[in-house]
Amino acid sequence: MGYPFPSHAGETPVLSKYFGDKDAISLAGFRKRGGYDGLQKALSMTPAEIVDVVKASGLRGRGGAGFPTGIKWSFMKPGDGKPHYLCCNADESEPGTFKDREIMRWTPHALVEGCAIGAYAIGAETAYIYIRGEFTEPLVRMRDAVREAYDAGILGKNAMGTGKRIDIVIHKGAGAYICGEETAMMNSIEGRRGNPRIKPPFPAVSGVFAQPTTINNVETLAAVPHIIVRGAEWYKGLCLSSPKSTGSKLFSVCGNIAKPGNYEVTLGFSFKDFLYDLCGGPLPGRTFKAVIPGGISVPIQTMEEAEATKMDYEGFVEQGSMLGSGGVIVFDDQQNMVKQIARAARFFAHESCAQCTQCREGTAWTTKIMERIRDGEGTHEDLDTLFSIADNMTGKTICVLSDSCAVPVVSGINKFRSEFEALIKKPTFHPVTAAVA
Amino acid sequence: MTAVTHEHDAPYQPVFVGERRKELDALFPLYPTKMACILPALWMVQEDRGWVSDDAMAEVAQVLELTPAYVKGVVTFYTMYNTHPVGKYLVQVCTTTPCNICGAEDVVRALLDHTNCSDLGVTSADGLFTVIEVECLGACGFATPVMINEEVIESVTAARVPELVAGLK
Repeated sequence: MGYPFPSHAGETPVLSKYFGDKDAISLAGFRKRGGYDGLQKALSMTPAEIVDVVKASGLRGRGGAGFPTGIKWSFMKPGDGKPHYLCCNADESEPGTFKDREIMRWTPHALVEGCAIGAYAIGAETAYIYIRGEFTEPLVRMRDAVREAYDAGILGKNAMGTGKRIDIVIHKGAGAYICGEETAMMNSIEGRRGNPRIKPPFPAVSGVFAQPTTINNVETLAAVPHIIVRGAEWYKGLCLSSPKSTGSKLFSVCGNIAKPGNYEVTLGFSFKDFLYDLCGGPLPGRTFKAVIPGGISVPIQTMEEAEATKMDYEGFVEQGSMLGSGGVIVFDDQQNMVKQIARAARFFAHESCAQCTQCREGTAWTTKIMERIRDGEGTHEDLDTLFSIADNMTGKTICVLSDSCAVPVVSGINKFRSEFEALIKKPTFHPVTAAVA
Repeated sequence: MTAVTHEHDAPYQPVFVGERRKELDALFPLYPTKMACILPALWMVQEDRGWVSDDAMAEVAQVLELTPAYVKGVVTFYTMYNTHPVGKYLVQVCTTTPCNICGAEDVVRALLDHTNCSDLGVTSADGLFTVIEVECLGACGFATPVMINEEVIESVTAARVPELVAGLK
């Protein structure tokens, strides 16, 4: 299928196979398509066996950091006598990213199944799915799916008749980008302000409600049932470049491009073919100028870098950026990079939780200076000031929101300096020191 | 509960009575603490009243055994809880970078013009509309998404705005 466009022959539709297929939304429709076969099989395995399969598959976190999922699960120590929790991060709010939204809209049961397997694998009886408040339609679909799964005995105190307890609770967010950060999300579930927490302790030691917790992204969990059913070797075989990056990955594509939408490709796919063939290239009469390939928090790529990229965790790093969340934002020749970077900075200033000084002040000052340059009021000194602020915002705060604000600014000035200089008309102000007699 | 009321206001009517109270009570077993029910409780308030007043925060505090100051701290952290009354239609337009490069600012201007709102955040004189800019709605491939109350409308352009607004009047 595919949504909004039919799947391209170059795609590897695993998670997106039923996007746009209304019949796959309901429990009955999903089961007809092999749904819950993975959970059935998983419940006949031991948790350790599931963790081993996921480890062997090479699956890495799809939310942004790319941490190996099986290894993350293995941090949860069985038999410690404490309640364990799984938190599913469905707070997708990284600008440029809208893949989890489509998973929940079209295949809500795939996420329920993934959560149930994940919870069982880490010894948790409760999974919280934290869905951002703006996702009204995905929320309805997910609530319906969870209700259907309870009514059918898939969830609850006797999950699929195995005597194992698996509860899933949908928790609705209320508008805060930072709640996509795992420790902020746990605070939000606990009923607090969504301020990130200092690590350590890591969530696997003391997470939500101070109990051992694992946080996984929607796409990560949705991939798990496929790995259980088809095996680790099959998943590992989905690899076109680096052996450290396996499986299929959804990329959300937006901005100035002919066919925006979600595309699922095998990791290692050529980014050039992806942009020009799968996504249809630039709009008529335009040319691409720059790409942010993994959500707004990753460095901007020039087209030269983008066209040389293999789409996997290592490939994007080799070409000056990161895979991040897979949110591809494309800019064409009609866009002014200074204006857009200023807008990105404003986003971070708005979303800073304001706990750390470097972030609270840094995002605000970066925005002011960027907007001043955009409006023709900047000086050459401002560019140095932006670098200096960026330096003070990087690696110095509780979470990486601060670093994320510095990223587009630094990469933008480095790669598109001429656009900044074209807007700087004022002479640099040099203070004159009074002569001492 | 003893609600704080102001001279000119009608006495505060509690939200958590009858069905709503039952709904809240049903949430308690899902979490190990009552405090964890604060976000869902505030959502119930907003669904019923359209916004979250100081009196409502005091009521949430009472039912969850928290202080009103704590509840206010939580409410003001999250952007989706309205701390002031809004129009019948709350129109939220995404203007973050991906939508910005697809013309979101033109959509905002067209919405302000056609709803007769004098500025962002100012409710129209007929009480129908409040237009606000918001950060990323998570529908970047369908620029520009506009969220009207609970519904997200995809791929809105300035040209589509008149029809969209007329449909609500």
